[in-house]
Amino acid sequence: MPEAGALSEFAVELRDVSKVFGDIVAVDHVSMGIRHNEFFALLGPSGCGKTTSLRIIAGFERPTSGEVYIDNKPMGNTPPFQRNVNTVFQSYALFPHMTVEQNISFGLEMKGVSKAEIARRVGEVLELVRLPHMAKRYPRQMSGGQQQRVALARALVNRPKVLLLDEPLGALDAKLRKEMQIELKTLQREVGITFIFVTHDQEEALSMSDRIAVFSKGKVLQIGTPLEIYERPTSRFVADFIGETNFLTGRVTQVDGEFAQITTNGGATFRGRAMPGVRAGIEATLSVRPEKVQLVEQPDDSVNCYEVVVRSIAYVGSDTRVVVMLGENRIDVWEQNTISTLDPNYFFKPGERAWLTFKPENALVLAE
Amino acid sequence: MASDVVLLGERSEIKPRPRKESRGIGLGRFALVTITFFTFAFLYVPIAVLIAFSFNSARTGATWQSFSLQWYERVFSNTRILEAAANSLIVAALATVGSVVIGTLMAIAMERYQFRAKLAWDALLYLPVIIPEIVMGISLLIFFAAINLSRGIVTLVISHIAFCMPFVYLTMRARLADFDRSLEEAAQDLGADEWTTFRRITLPLLMPGIISSALLAFTLSLDDFVISFFVTGVGSQTLPVYIWGQIRRGITPEINAISTLMLLLSIVLVVVAQLIQRRQRA
Repeated sequence: MPEAGALSEFAVELRDVSKVFGDIVAVDHVSMGIRHNEFFALLGPSGCGKTTSLRIIAGFERPTSGEVYIDNKPMGNTPPFQRNVNTVFQSYALFPHMTVEQNISFGLEMKGVSKAEIARRVGEVLELVRLPHMAKRYPRQMSGGQQQRVALARALVNRPKVLLLDEPLGALDAKLRKEMQIELKTLQREVGITFIFVTHDQEEALSMSDRIAVFSKGKVLQIGTPLEIYERPTSRFVADFIGETNFLTGRVTQVDGEFAQITTNGGATFRGRAMPGVRAGIEATLSVRPEKVQLVEQPDDSVNCYEVVVRSIAYVGSDTRVVVMLGENRIDVWEQNTISTLDPNYFFKPGERAWLTFKPENALVLAE
Repeated sequence: MASDVVLLGERSEIKPRPRKESRGIGLGRFALVTITFFTFAFLYVPIAVLIAFSFNSARTGATWQSFSLQWYERVFSNTRILEAAANSLIVAALATVGSVVIGTLMAIAMERYQFRAKLAWDALLYLPVIIPEIVMGISLLIFFAAINLSRGIVTLVISHIAFCMPFVYLTMRARLADFDRSLEEAAQDLGADEWTTFRRITLPLLMPGIISSALLAFTLSLDDFVISFFVTGVGSQTLPVYIWGQIRRGITPEINAISTLMLLLSIVLVVVAQLIQRRQRA
């Protein structure tokens, strides 16, 4: 047990935290550490336990078992108003009967900060979120994006150790969302506060986070950098949930060092990176992302080269998305259009034969 | 009484439908105009007559003589009427405060907390709305007699709180159902303890509902006759009970004048409450 208040690697740590509502296990033995000044995403489909985990950190829910540490101090039954964290709510939860200024002052007022200091800091934070002229407005007189920034300002003005964000961009339209993603990321770097960010949008998580925890059914399946999560998913769920991928199921015939060989149910044998838990003889899944597969007209002598039939082809500008059949198995191939051509014969056509190929280091053998 | 609840508790926001051009006076249109006319006549002619005759100088109510304010002068110089009016206002004020505080807190408890037999408690809280007033009046009379509480202002206030409270409770439950709990969480997240959160966030946001229900309670209390009749004592008569006592000796223009004043008070109360609510909204 570390000494309370001692320096720790983590700003927030969850140790074996579970939360049970009636007979539903919302959070199932979750352990994770969020480092100081990190942009950390909790990513997963709805009902996976990510929001409940955030609410446990904020103090709105008490864990059924396990403990939350903020700045290395066990939180126990510490109520939300005594935790040095602030939350940006999905609905923003701006006080409708107060002006923007009053909303933002509220937290400082509660801490007993002097009036002059409050005025100064409110002014500062309004500059930071680029709403200096909106101080006297009421929330209902503002657009969704502006309300979102007020919610952010109201939390940031308290200079919390950790900022908790519950799908803060969920209510914005796609264009504004993209803008706010960049803005939020820039802001986080400027203020140097740990951000814990709940989202179900994998692209958002990938583009913004330093690290991501992928949730499914109350459990954390994997924690890693966006690169690790995308390129080295350790489970079928993570490979499937983040980005697009092709799955081929089969049996592992051989493991040598970093690589494993899998014979699919269709009889083809592929090589890929052996992920944790892969042993010879087990049922496993080969996962290869569509952009990592190439189609060629002539077979080469590489290991993962098989003849396929083109089923459909869709030109989407930057890519050409080809669906091919390897026996009964459908495989998606995204070929980047690296040359500019108007020649229709440059592309494959449905019904044509082709050879698919990918390097073993670009595919994963997952132990599921 | 039930229609009062709807009118005062929830402000309906029905937008007028775009009007269609109508050509000629068809049979349907004629029927519509006639029905509309009679509906409004039934609603307002008796009240209009009452108001008109309160300004009639004649001693008997049947014929119009000339305009006069003498009955109003009589009302304001009649100490028994003024006493009854004062009783009514005191009882209504105390009953309003009592029922709003209890009803609101009960609504919050029922909305926020889980406990055993919650549905049964809920039913018990709003059941008095449908208990016939006469049954309530008699039962309260027997109850006060049994505990040896002599009838007067105290018994009136207790009884009025009892029958106003369920209306407050129902109004506040409806308001609380729409209440965004994350606002309270946000306040606590920003460092406000439970009491500060209640004072700075919950209470101000519930204010429109509290004003509606206070107005409702005040009006219900002010014009209650049946229950008051049973629990009132000598010297603590409320205005409706006094009026009933006078009517037994025949309707005088004085009664018309009191009734007009009561009507005016009710209208003023509703208008004031609406203005307060509208300002909150704007």
